[in-house]
Amino acid sequence: MSKGTLFDKVWDLHTVGTLASGQTQLFIGLHLIHEVTSPQAFAMLRERGLKVLFPNRTIATVDHIVPTENQARPFADSLAEEMMQALEKNCQDNDITFYNVGCGNQGIVHVIAPELGLTQPGMTIACGDSHTSTHGAFGAIAFGIGTSQVRDVLASQTLALSKLKVRKIEVNGTLNPGVYAKDVILHIIRTLGVKGGVGYAYEYAGTTFEQMSMEERMTVCNMAIEGGARCGYINPDAVTFEYLKGRDFAPHGASWDKAVEWWTHIRSDADADYDDVVVFDAAEISPTVTWGITPGQGIAINQPVPLPNDLPAAERPIAEEAYQYMDLSPGTPIQGTKIDVCFIGSCTNGRISDLREAAKIAKGRHVAEGIKAFVVPGSERVKQQAEAEGLDRIFLDAGFEWREPGCSMCLAMNPDKLQGRQISASSSNRNFKGRQGSSSGRTLLMSPAMVAAAAITGQVSDVRSLLASQ
Amino acid sequence: MSQVKTVLGRGIPLVGNDVDTDRIIPARFLRCVTFDGLGEQVFADDRAQTHGQHPFDQPQYQGANILVVNGNFGCGSSREHAPQAIAKWGIQALVGESFAEIFLGNCVAMGIPCVTADPNTVKQLQERLMASPEVPIQVNLDTMQVNCGDFSAPIVMGDGAKNMFLAGTWDACGQLVAQADAIRKTAAQLPYLSWSDVVA
Repeated sequence: MSKGTLFDKVWDLHTVGTLASGQTQLFIGLHLIHEVTSPQAFAMLRERGLKVLFPNRTIATVDHIVPTENQARPFADSLAEEMMQALEKNCQDNDITFYNVGCGNQGIVHVIAPELGLTQPGMTIACGDSHTSTHGAFGAIAFGIGTSQVRDVLASQTLALSKLKVRKIEVNGTLNPGVYAKDVILHIIRTLGVKGGVGYAYEYAGTTFEQMSMEERMTVCNMAIEGGARCGYINPDAVTFEYLKGRDFAPHGASWDKAVEWWTHIRSDADADYDDVVVFDAAEISPTVTWGITPGQGIAINQPVPLPNDLPAAERPIAEEAYQYMDLSPGTPIQGTKIDVCFIGSCTNGRISDLREAAKIAKGRHVAEGIKAFVVPGSERVKQQAEAEGLDRIFLDAGFEWREPGCSMCLAMNPDKLQGRQISASSSNRNFKGRQGSSSGRTLLMSPAMVAAAAITGQVSDVRSLLASQ
Repeated sequence: MSQVKTVLGRGIPLVGNDVDTDRIIPARFLRCVTFDGLGEQVFADDRAQTHGQHPFDQPQYQGANILVVNGNFGCGSSREHAPQAIAKWGIQALVGESFAEIFLGNCVAMGIPCVTADPNTVKQLQERLMASPEVPIQVNLDTMQVNCGDFSAPIVMGDGAKNMFLAGTWDACGQLVAQADAIRKTAAQLPYLSWSDVVA
């Protein structure tokens, strides 16, 4: 059993008590809500005559259904409009702060909470969205919950949970040029499998993560759930504190010094015990692309689609399903696969540094003929910052569309969807069958720079060759 | 509060690992403010593509209430719409090799037991249900056994969840709310609540 890790310390500090079932009643320091998974929770509260216990610890925004072109109200999609109105009313009725479209702070929930300084080390954070693990980048214990649990947090600011085990995933060394945080997490998932993390919290440690910016760390923690781990985190350090300093909801003045002291104290001890430890070498990680229908079906850009016999027996049935669905033959190179649509955005890779890396590839080049390529900033602040830096002009001049913030084609709950069997190069997090809005649409996951490279060449390409020719 | 000790009825096999929540309920069906109607949309795309041959469409499995699945069932999104859609179709318990964490937690909160069994047991159950769809199947949380006709095998469930089903306390909301004083006491000890009050 783990001992002395950040996970253990934060868990203990937030434990209200032990329930009759043996589960822990855990206090949730920050609760984030959005339009998809909260309306039914508010309805359950009303049915039971319950009130929101800590309205000032819940923050709302709207992201999944937001159109990225015409945002005029009422939305063209009457179902989306109904969800929007429900969220507006629920927030108003319950005194919950709501960052609505156009307020300057709206965006994907996992982009805005960090940029506002709401996400802080040592917190427990819950949200009705599996990518809540993103906030672990700050040394918070953050995880996705379902709607009944959203109800529980609204009513009690607590959840009934069983404690997870802790696996330390150590990556050491400097990443090679053209290899990004996205490649690191795709490599980890590819190695440990999509269910390898079930029952675990992942602590990402080692010099590779220490050298990463906060935004890179968020990309890594974001996809913990794709490896089966409900939460992933990185111990807070000077990079974390530097990112937080001066942000809207970060502590100020005398509180800042106290906060830094406490944040330092909750780091995992040097002699902490882990339930498991896995070690990787950063030098072995290449630009990585998924070829199949789970995020674990990834390969290095210069590798062929795997042969069934090269896979463990247990993985062959899903691989067979993937060859057929993706229409990719085992043994053929992934590089050169023709694509139709390029999507840059999402809670995984829709932050300013992601757009900067993609813009470096797009600058002075043009999207290949017949390719639809679009960029969706993760938040209104990201959009504003990108425009201040002229990134929008770079993308527009290169033939990309420049859109309004939201989740967009990561899961296609808004009008942005693949058509028919289109294949996309996507900076998002899931390549499940039908994920991007068409029941036969296909998704290849990769870093934002690799998506930009695919847009320019019209096919899956090694970003390093475009970096080299600049 | 209702205790869940046994679920008895007929089974429905769904073969395959890593069945994700987008397949269980595609995202376009999440455009709603209630869970009503999700039962008809469960596995919508898989069912459309199999033209009536999906187990959820096959006549022999209509009325089944125990779903038998393979590994990592329910991976992906946290959407409770996924277990809600399965439950509204008629499922009251799941037996599988393994379940994704958030899906499992959602099922507990809804009073739907998910029990695990070894791959061979799951294979046997699925084969029996394919050969004889009408055979009675029972998930028993008291004895931690699954019975299917003359076949019987052990099943596993985490103690916390098991205790909640047996005691009828799987809907934790009331118990959590009852601890308001202890909750406030814990909150008072967290330093960040005073320096990061999120009232805008």
